[in-house]
Amino acid sequence: MNISALIIDITLWGSVAVLGFMAWRRGRVVLVSSLREGSMDFINIVPRIALGVIGSGYIAAVIPPEVITGWLGPDSGWFGVLTAVIAGAATPGGPVVGFSIGAVALKVGGGPPQVIAYVVAWALFAFQRLILWEIPFMPAKFVWFRAAVSLPFPFLAAAIAMVIGKP
Amino acid sequence: MIMIGALVAVCATLVWRRDGMSGVLEILTSDLTLFGGILPRVLAGCLLGAFITEILPHEKVSRSLGPSSGLKGLLIGTAFGAILPGGPFTAYPVAAALLTVGADFGATIAMVVSWTLIGYGRAVAWELPILGTDFTLWRIVISLPIPVLAGALGRFVYVRMYSKGEPS
Repeated sequence: MNISALIIDITLWGSVAVLGFMAWRRGRVVLVSSLREGSMDFINIVPRIALGVIGSGYIAAVIPPEVITGWLGPDSGWFGVLTAVIAGAATPGGPVVGFSIGAVALKVGGGPPQVIAYVVAWALFAFQRLILWEIPFMPAKFVWFRAAVSLPFPFLAAAIAMVIGKP
Repeated sequence: MIMIGALVAVCATLVWRRDGMSGVLEILTSDLTLFGGILPRVLAGCLLGAFITEILPHEKVSRSLGPSSGLKGLLIGTAFGAILPGGPFTAYPVAAALLTVGADFGATIAMVVSWTLIGYGRAVAWELPILGTDFTLWRIVISLPIPVLAGALGRFVYVRMYSKGEPS
């Protein structure tokens, strides 16, 4: 286990402990009922997460990174931004995949605004994360609404990047 | 759920046709390991969500993060998303909890978007090592206004789409 994962786990369980203590101060009943509530959520969500996490490897294996890097190509201008946004939404897999594709695209000559658009689009509405992570936890109506509202922002980020240039 | 299952089944079949059974098993074991590692964090996330639902006073939340919380609500959502520890296994249960205790879509969108774009967790763990400090900082600076703007847009659209419905 690397250091950052350890730090994440410590802050995470630390927050659980602090909030649990606060619940306990409100009374035993509050603590017990929220523990029960949280465990029920957990039990309900595990099968969905299982399908997502175990399935995502197959989805990622079918959409190889080279395909996505191709879309990110050295095309500059707004057409490049558009394909970058589509590529971001289509990128499967965890954080390593998305950032690595961005890094490769920078190396093979993708423009910084396009790579920004790609990373932002991927962070905002990569379809796999929406379906496998966000939908199981949140009301579906909220998830689709949020994704739709997020659509303009990769373009905005690319525009800002074009205006201020790379430092 | 069924759609996702079907998608996974199709992809697994494609992998099987291409790489044979060993390819399928290799992905399965690596994903199972990942799943095992994630499980405790999912539990932590669910507990956080449940505690937040119990502890946070609903009137106070709907005042500071509700539909009429204005720019301040969006800023609070953004700040909260930026400092939230953990990955998707914390962000989404906590966001769902906020919706339950009276935050509106706008503030919750600001929170989720802020978590994904300017949250330090992913940036420090993955983006810095892979894309480098310059690019990461530059990307974060450019992303700074986005959570508030997305929350404001969300609120603007929400009010017009569901004008008579109470925000859930």
